[in-house]
Amino acid sequence: MIFEDEPVPGYPLPILPGHTSPGRLERVLRAGLFAVTTELDPPDSADPEEVYKRARVFDGYVDAINATDGSGANCHMSSMAVCSLLTRVGYAPVMQISCRDKNRIAIQGDILGGAAMGVCNVLCLTGDGVQAGDHPQALPVFDLDCMSLLETARTLRDESRFLSGRKITSAPRVLLGAAENPFTHPLAWRAQRLAKKVAAGAQFIQTQWCYDVPLLRTFMGQIEELGLLGRVFILVGVGPLRSAKSAEWIRTHVPGVHIPDAVVRRLAGASDPAAEGRRLCIELIQEIRTLKGVHGVHVMAFRQEHTVAEIIDRSGVLNGRKPWYPGRDPHTSTNRMAS
Amino acid sequence: MYAVRRWSVRHARGLNAFYRGFESFLVALDPLFRAIGYERLERPVARVEKTVKGLLFDCRMCGQCVLSSTGMACPMNCPKNLRNGPCGGVRANGHCEVRPEMRCVWVEAFAGSERIPGGIAALSTVQPAVDRRLQGKSAWLRVVRERAGAAP
Repeated sequence: MIFEDEPVPGYPLPILPGHTSPGRLERVLRAGLFAVTTELDPPDSADPEEVYKRARVFDGYVDAINATDGSGANCHMSSMAVCSLLTRVGYAPVMQISCRDKNRIAIQGDILGGAAMGVCNVLCLTGDGVQAGDHPQALPVFDLDCMSLLETARTLRDESRFLSGRKITSAPRVLLGAAENPFTHPLAWRAQRLAKKVAAGAQFIQTQWCYDVPLLRTFMGQIEELGLLGRVFILVGVGPLRSAKSAEWIRTHVPGVHIPDAVVRRLAGASDPAAEGRRLCIELIQEIRTLKGVHGVHVMAFRQEHTVAEIIDRSGVLNGRKPWYPGRDPHTSTNRMAS
Repeated sequence: MYAVRRWSVRHARGLNAFYRGFESFLVALDPLFRAIGYERLERPVARVEKTVKGLLFDCRMCGQCVLSSTGMACPMNCPKNLRNGPCGGVRANGHCEVRPEMRCVWVEAFAGSERIPGGIAALSTVQPAVDRRLQGKSAWLRVVRERAGAAP
């Protein structure tokens, strides 16, 4: 599917009626299409080409690219800078903002700045604790939490004012997102916590890696009971596991990631574990897409980003749709630039 | 103290009821507090509050107490200062991502809230960002002043 006005780098799209952002991700979601987002592993480098190289591997297969904000509390190129580079050439980034490293003054400035550069999606996160990363000596800020961050962003956008009450002249037109982990404690309260995020302003949700569809199904049932279907777009996190060993490592070392024993056994028994991991990921995507209330998947293929295109392609979830990427349709771009 | 803190969550129902009564009692004392002067009371009351709530809840004196909305588990004990629910990093045994030896403050808060009538509804209220200027100040006196001031 091709929208008649696809982006031209540097030229903002019009905001369609009923939309909050001019972004492509919101257009795909509101059109009822199955959306695909992914995550760019930010470089430990000051070379912009590193960012473009890492974005290009997703060309034609994703609707938006998350720019992580010091994920795992490790230092990398900033989310803001990655977004700046991506928007320059027309990509649709999801700017992740974590509460770990910045206070409310810096965060509000970043939301304005991000929107000014063409960021249309903001993901509000609490962030991993500093102990998890390569600078455990650092000061953890946590001035806001993900919930008050959502409210802050919504205040900027909908009330055109800072938390202090001071007016801003042009509000950031962004789609607000949040994360949720349906697979960890307190399981009974996770759906209600999501409801709280929706109340605080979340319009889309990207979940933690899902390897346990029955748990997800229970969670989606609770979401429905709470009357949240249709009020929030849910993108379920998926990702290929490389081997039984890496699955074991992830589930013991990355807090909040739940991988059932059956998954580990399946990888252990495979002759080519990496290929089996991709196959498992594809099966999960195909099963997840049938669940009521799921609007897409968020593929987190850490250090295996090159596999995302193949996984999405083989899963068939795009139904032949080719999401926009720089250079997909040069004619439209030139025409619009000329007019 | 960690053990006392966990005892408090197990007795969230009783403590919450007591706390409500205590609050009304303090509000009734408003004329007296006014006569003495709230500014003059601030330091001694804050000291008492810190001792009592420190013992029962490991209170961090954020100055804007939300204990009755969090199942009597002080959210400022969360290493991420989360006031609106758990993060996604809770361990499979219900312990904290940052401090593995400690049970997640929000797993406790959820358990405590289930014991308080209307606790889960209170847990679902979005708490605003913390006002860092109130750190170390008495939350009791602030509530009394607010409630007494709001009364007709």
